[in-house]
Amino acid sequence: MTERAALLEVLGASKRFGGVLAVDQVSLSVPEGSITGLIGPNGAGKTTLFNLITGLIPPDTGSFSLRGKSYDPRVVHAVARAGICRTFQNIRLFPEMTALENVMVGRHIRTESLHTGVWGAVLRTSAFRRAESSLRTEAQRLLDDLGLGHHASHLAGTLSYGDQRRLEIARALATDPQLLALDEPAAGMNATEKNALRDLLLSIRSAGRTLLIIEHDVKLIMGLCDTVTVLDRGQVIATGSPGAVQRHPAVRAAYLGHSHVHV
Amino acid sequence: MTGIKTHARQHALWAVLLVTLALVLLPFAAGLIGNAWVRILAFALLYVMLALGLNIVVGYAGLLDLGYVAFYAVGAYVYALLTAPHLLEQFPALATHFPHGLSLPSWALIPLCAAVAALFGVLLGVPVLRLRGDYLAIVTLGFGEIIRIFMNNLNAPINLTNGPQGITGIAPLALAGHSLSQPLTIGPVSVSPLVQHYLVFLAMALLMLLVSIRLQDSRIGRAWRAIREDETAAKSMGIPTRNIKLLAFAMGASFGGIAGGLFAAFQGFVSPESFGLMESIVIVAMVVLGGMGHVWGVVLGAVLLYAIPEALRHLARPVQLTLFGEELVAPEALRMLLFGLSMVLIMLLRPRGILAARRAPHD
Repeated sequence: MTERAALLEVLGASKRFGGVLAVDQVSLSVPEGSITGLIGPNGAGKTTLFNLITGLIPPDTGSFSLRGKSYDPRVVHAVARAGICRTFQNIRLFPEMTALENVMVGRHIRTESLHTGVWGAVLRTSAFRRAESSLRTEAQRLLDDLGLGHHASHLAGTLSYGDQRRLEIARALATDPQLLALDEPAAGMNATEKNALRDLLLSIRSAGRTLLIIEHDVKLIMGLCDTVTVLDRGQVIATGSPGAVQRHPAVRAAYLGHSHVHV
Repeated sequence: MTGIKTHARQHALWAVLLVTLALVLLPFAAGLIGNAWVRILAFALLYVMLALGLNIVVGYAGLLDLGYVAFYAVGAYVYALLTAPHLLEQFPALATHFPHGLSLPSWALIPLCAAVAALFGVLLGVPVLRLRGDYLAIVTLGFGEIIRIFMNNLNAPINLTNGPQGITGIAPLALAGHSLSQPLTIGPVSVSPLVQHYLVFLAMALLMLLVSIRLQDSRIGRAWRAIREDETAAKSMGIPTRNIKLLAFAMGASFGGIAGGLFAAFQGFVSPESFGLMESIVIVAMVVLGGMGHVWGVVLGAVLLYAIPEALRHLARPVQLTLFGEELVAPEALRMLLFGLSMVLIMLLRPRGILAARRAPHD
């Protein structure tokens, strides 16, 4: 694979929790149009790094830029506006809103105008109604694309587990992100659902988006990712193609223990 | 398809018109039985306004506010201070500038009450932005008490609020040169001041109902609900949660401020006593009883919790006298008894309110 320009560039990110250095001077580069995997043993700092990138935890140090433009990860809603949207390890939908409304909320930041404030809502100006109906159409189209169209009017909390995972992805896609960050998207899925997820992620990539994935399922990651970064104890221990990373001695040591491994 | 839709719309429009007409005629019917009943209806409408306002904060945005009565108080005192002679008596310099009082028109005063209350809403909102649930409830409860205690004590060293004695001589509402304290004669019909107030309250309550419904079904309403459901997820979707929460506080407070201004104009007298903690609790109970986030439920809750105990207060004595020949339970005790009983029953039978906004996903 040829070198591609980096979409997300993280330099020297650190985060300390009390005595634990959860993320230690991590630099990460996500090539544009790639699917990049972030793996590592439990407690390696994957989720913390993820939260630093998406703004849920303020970093101690580090610079963050998206397509060469630096963004402030301390302001969460600004991160979404900059073009990074995420899903959560434990699904965090808006359970008592319909599937359609969930996606519409994701779409809000891309459809703002003067007519969408309080006055537009109260006076029901024609501009407001136009904006609202096109928002509804776009959200419905997104649900249809992800095979959730028939669930549009169902409460998000009533959907099956797999559908909720999909809906979370739909909601994130609604923000029109340049980088879609998925935190263990396959957690709790069976083999069929995992296959469907893989197809979905590949189709999102071929639609021109870049993906960053934390995943425990090594088989899925290896089959899906262009680049894999391995974290251990808060530090990057290997980066490269899935095959290269798999053969990397430091990775083997991290996963299998430090004594000499005989294969 | 569109034909059916317009048909349904026409039906809905007719229903709204008929209900409105019934509500307009209601005080005339009640007036035949006694003016006390018109008064009860007017107060029920004030509580509907308060419950609708609190519903924006608690029901839509999920921010438990136990000090909501503060905004009612702010609205009432703004109206009172600007129309009563109290301030002019206290500050002679002001009196020389305005020898005939400030004489602001009602159409400017009531929005001013809303604006000042909204400002107080933001003032409360800013420090509590990071608090959730119980912590938020405790701080807002404190805020409500602070406002009441301020009104109670701001009579020294400078007498701003006249302390516990309250403010008297508040000017009534006036519309197009007609004071609502005078009977209005249209042809053969004479409309009493009480009924006129009722009608103004009805108009404001309907307006607030409309605003509530329209806000709910808009991007702002969705953003509020998203914050209620999961604030972190909402933030991650790019919703500026701080501003949206402050907007909820301000909108909710403005409803309370309007109700307060109308209350002051109606009573002609305000004192801190009217704005105690119990009032806040009753308003929260109205919202919870009807169903948080459900406007019709909230209206129903307000009417049930205000009008029914009030009606019982009037009926309790005669009914007990005819049944038992003597009064066994004092009406006031009966009122609180029923209030408690209704809350217990609701929590047992319909924990999400009489008209719950939506069914819980895993019921």
